[in-house]
Amino acid sequence: MSKNLSIRHRAEKRFIAYGFISLILAATMLATIIGSMIYRSIPAYTNYSIDLEINMTEISAEDEFEDINFRGIIRSSLFSFFPEVESRSDKRKLFKLISSSASYTLRDFIIENPSYINKKFYFNVLFTDDSDLFYKGYVDTSLSESERRLDNQEVAWLNELKNTGRVKNKISKNLFLNGDSREPEVAGFWGATIGSLITISVTLLLSFPVGVLTAIYLENFAVKNRITDFIEVNINNLAAVPSIIFGLLGLAVFINFFGMPRSIPLVGGLVLSLMTLPTIIIATRSSLQSVPPSIREAALAMGASEMQVVFQHLLPSALPGIFTGTIIGLARAFGESAPLLLIGMVAFIVDIPATFTDPATALPVQIYIWADSPERAFVAKTSAATLILIGLLILINLAAVLLRKRYEVKW
Amino acid sequence: MKLNGDLIMDEQKEQNNIRNKKSLIECRGVDVFYGDKQALFGINLDIGEKEVTSLIGPSGCGKSTFLRCINRMNDVIEICKVEGNIKIDNEDIYHPDVDVVELRSRIGMVFQKPNPFPKSVYDNVAYGPKLHGRILHKDDLDAKVEKSLERAGLWSEVKDRLGEPGTSLSGGQQQRLCIARAIAIDPSIILMDEPCSALDPIATAKIEELIDELKDNFTITIVTHSMQQAARVSQRTAFFHLGKLIEVGDTEKIFRSPDHEQTEAYVTGRYG
Repeated sequence: MSKNLSIRHRAEKRFIAYGFISLILAATMLATIIGSMIYRSIPAYTNYSIDLEINMTEISAEDEFEDINFRGIIRSSLFSFFPEVESRSDKRKLFKLISSSASYTLRDFIIENPSYINKKFYFNVLFTDDSDLFYKGYVDTSLSESERRLDNQEVAWLNELKNTGRVKNKISKNLFLNGDSREPEVAGFWGATIGSLITISVTLLLSFPVGVLTAIYLENFAVKNRITDFIEVNINNLAAVPSIIFGLLGLAVFINFFGMPRSIPLVGGLVLSLMTLPTIIIATRSSLQSVPPSIREAALAMGASEMQVVFQHLLPSALPGIFTGTIIGLARAFGESAPLLLIGMVAFIVDIPATFTDPATALPVQIYIWADSPERAFVAKTSAATLILIGLLILINLAAVLLRKRYEVKW
Repeated sequence: MKLNGDLIMDEQKEQNNIRNKKSLIECRGVDVFYGDKQALFGINLDIGEKEVTSLIGPSGCGKSTFLRCINRMNDVIEICKVEGNIKIDNEDIYHPDVDVVELRSRIGMVFQKPNPFPKSVYDNVAYGPKLHGRILHKDDLDAKVEKSLERAGLWSEVKDRLGEPGTSLSGGQQQRLCIARAIAIDPSIILMDEPCSALDPIATAKIEELIDELKDNFTITIVTHSMQQAARVSQRTAFFHLGKLIEVGDTEKIFRSPDHEQTEAYVTGRYG
């Protein structure tokens, strides 16, 4: 007897130890992934830039903005550091050290602040991704020239510029506030984030009411027969269908058949709704089932109609479960890229979308695009965008926990 | 069908047990089927107005099933089929024109396990009157809640905690809350399905006392497993066995000198 007892105790201790070890393993893996993401994303948050002295004294306020040669102004300012550079090819090479966006930012600045015309002032201009990475120490100058992005000449120029004391390392606003761009130093994930939010709100607005109503109907009103059994099996099946299939369906139905435009969040939201619906239906049904039957009986015996039972008793008690299921479904949709690729939300879109029908991309797709880009600087951007995606997912799931707590029913 | 039912009814009246009191519920030839299985066989039973009728019998004898026929709660069970004739106040409650919701608003029910809604004590009691739109003014509703709780003997215990969830009360209080909820809709009939089986003896005594008071205003039918309870609270007792009504009569007679041997065996504890 005591031998048997000690065996049982030991088995229990072993089991707890196994559980603890698996927890540690899982936590380590998660920490490794997040840690490496954070480490790799560090270069993305700042950008080296230079204060160039802009001379606009030769421009008069009467000139049209279109006629001002902003590019020339920036060029001459930059070249003033290196009077010895004279050949055209060297000048071009030198100018390529700073971001090609420089002349546009200057133009935008002047359009907003016309009072600077006629003046001499310092203007902060971004370096290109390659120069930026050099300053951050990611260019190994011990390698032979052919194996790195910057040759000795460029390295010498950059060092010389740094010695002027005008080079600064600033938080990269572009990363947080811009849409996509071909230039890594200008590209940001704000456009994709807004695209994702618009898409997901379409998904929520569609799949939540439709899913909950379907579940209520199937659970409380539908006659149980072969057809409803068949529908039930199919709903469970749909929850397991690979998401790319929904993308194909969306392409065939919404774009090809209904002729909706490509790349718009409305179609993205529709496709993701198809994907989220089964999850919501299943979650809603199981939370409706988990309401004690005694509550239903009590309400029926009081003379409540079936609909009153559902809306006054079952639904309020099932809400926490419904919310949790919905948010899990939405979180999955939020992190989904495959179906969006097929309906064209993978397009290169610079503008920040504002409505359901503006071309847009989504955060996971943006990550895919950046991960696929050859520029070295996009590696860090990819990690930064991934962290933002994970952060948003944490927020969504936190909302699920809070909603659950808020509406929890104590029996 | 209808004719046949009436015939049986006449036969029944002569056959047994109609007392001087007016009968409110008249059941004739009630058969209940769960799928292929028959649970009740030709039940003929009259339930008198403003008195307590207890239904006794061993587990699975169909007494709860019979009780649930009276407010058509069996309708909820899909495979359940009820045949025969049940009249309340001479109205056939299984007639196609009868609105179940209206029917149930005239019949209160108390279940085996206390099942207050996960709402406040007040909202539990106010639920019925609000549901049927009978009381529209807040003051009237307050009065109704107070009166119902008072009649259920609960007012003094909960008057300071009306806002607390009904589920936070003790088991006995919860059951009395359910009774208050049931009588708040002013039913003529209260059905009780083993209302004390989940309660301790003190709580049980309180409920029994309450039943005794309520019988002046309500027709009460109670299913119970406790012979003593049947003897204490009811004026008439019906003994069910294997889906059949074996015997019905004044409680005193059933417990003292039943006509049937099976009844005697059961009430004396030799069986069941």
